[in-house]
Amino acid sequence: MTLKLFTLLLQAAISTVGISLVSIAIGFVIAILLSAARLSGKAIYVAPTQLFISFFRGVPLLVQLLLIYTLLPVIGINVPSVVAAIIGLSLCTAAYQAENMRGGFESVPKGLIEAAEVTGLNPTQTFFRIRVPIALRLTLPALVNEAIMILKSSSLVSVVGIIEITKMAQDLASSTYLPIPIFLSAGLIYLVINWVIAMLGRYAEKSLAGTSA
Amino acid sequence: MMFDPQVIIEKLPEIGSGLFVTIILWAAGMIGGVALGFVVATLRRFCGPAVNLPLGFVVEVLRGTPFLIQIFLLYYGGPFVGLMLDPTPCGLIGLTVYSAAYYSEIFRAGFAAVPPGHVEAAECLGLTRMQIIRRIQIPEMALIVLPPAVNLSVILLKESAVLSIITVPELTATVSAIGSQQYAFLEAIFLLAVIYWVLVEATDRLGRLAEHRLARLRFSKA
Repeated sequence: MTLKLFTLLLQAAISTVGISLVSIAIGFVIAILLSAARLSGKAIYVAPTQLFISFFRGVPLLVQLLLIYTLLPVIGINVPSVVAAIIGLSLCTAAYQAENMRGGFESVPKGLIEAAEVTGLNPTQTFFRIRVPIALRLTLPALVNEAIMILKSSSLVSVVGIIEITKMAQDLASSTYLPIPIFLSAGLIYLVINWVIAMLGRYAEKSLAGTSA
Repeated sequence: MMFDPQVIIEKLPEIGSGLFVTIILWAAGMIGGVALGFVVATLRRFCGPAVNLPLGFVVEVLRGTPFLIQIFLLYYGGPFVGLMLDPTPCGLIGLTVYSAAYYSEIFRAGFAAVPPGHVEAAECLGLTRMQIIRRIQIPEMALIVLPPAVNLSVILLKESAVLSIITVPELTATVSAIGSQQYAFLEAIFLLAVIYWVLVEATDRLGRLAEHRLARLRFSKA
């Protein structure tokens, strides 16, 4: 395999990383909102949240992506396919991240929340200043795993024609008749990116462990 | 959106066959994955670093790359090394190997979680090696291994949808083909989502039930 092919795969990797990062970030924000809705304890917020989480965790991502691609134009939203892919990935990872955060939120000591209330913090302040920071520290390892999952899952957006590592590898493999070296290189690139994410995660855990609660 | 249930009812036999293929692939992939994963975990634990390190590397590679890439490598790369596979067997091998990597990690954690004191205590009480494995190690492992194993089988069911990309005639491929033929793609995909959702929720509940049963069994006999 020539260097040129490998360079093309590396260029496509930028799009894989970009799509994954944006999706994880958007998914993270949605997950925090979902957690807030769930913690409110009011049925009108809790029930739809549970339904959302159950749906996006219960349906294969490929099917979700197909659904979003078909649904968006029908309801009159015409966006580029990259945007649709990011919406799909974000909603899916939001459900998973919210589920991961649940454990974190449940292990925030009751006493701390009571103390916050007694100190005069309102529910919003208590949520963002007390619950979120403590819960997030506990969910950081799960978040790193989720980032790795999304990076791998982003290969599915190739199905709708977005040029990222997998789509590029597929195109190159069919035009050069070199599927083995090309798919192996693609796999290697994914492996290296995941490795970097895992290392950053361990570094973040270590530096967070040093700070006081 | 106009929803015409007639379209779906006419195609029920086809959808049923797609569902059947998905369930067979899922079950076979799971059984194969558990078996292979158990072998890998056992080899890694008991056969020294010469076996542990290379196997660990393979497991890391399988866990660190997308399933789709692995399937493409097997399906499109296979013929170049004399491995001509039809889509369905290719998908089955892919699912088995992929899940074996994850199952092996679950079993590894299971092995590691049985406290050595329990095994020593059993030895002191005069239990034979087989008795220790059957009555101490496997029951203790089962309790630790079950929740992540159920989780993984749900993931496996969802990953099997990816096999539609290499034209395995499973649920996703069947239902989306019906959708395109009937110009009812959105309805078809909705139906598809609901079928998977029901399957996943059912598996999840069954798994939780099994966990409760197992936990009760264990504590009532203790």
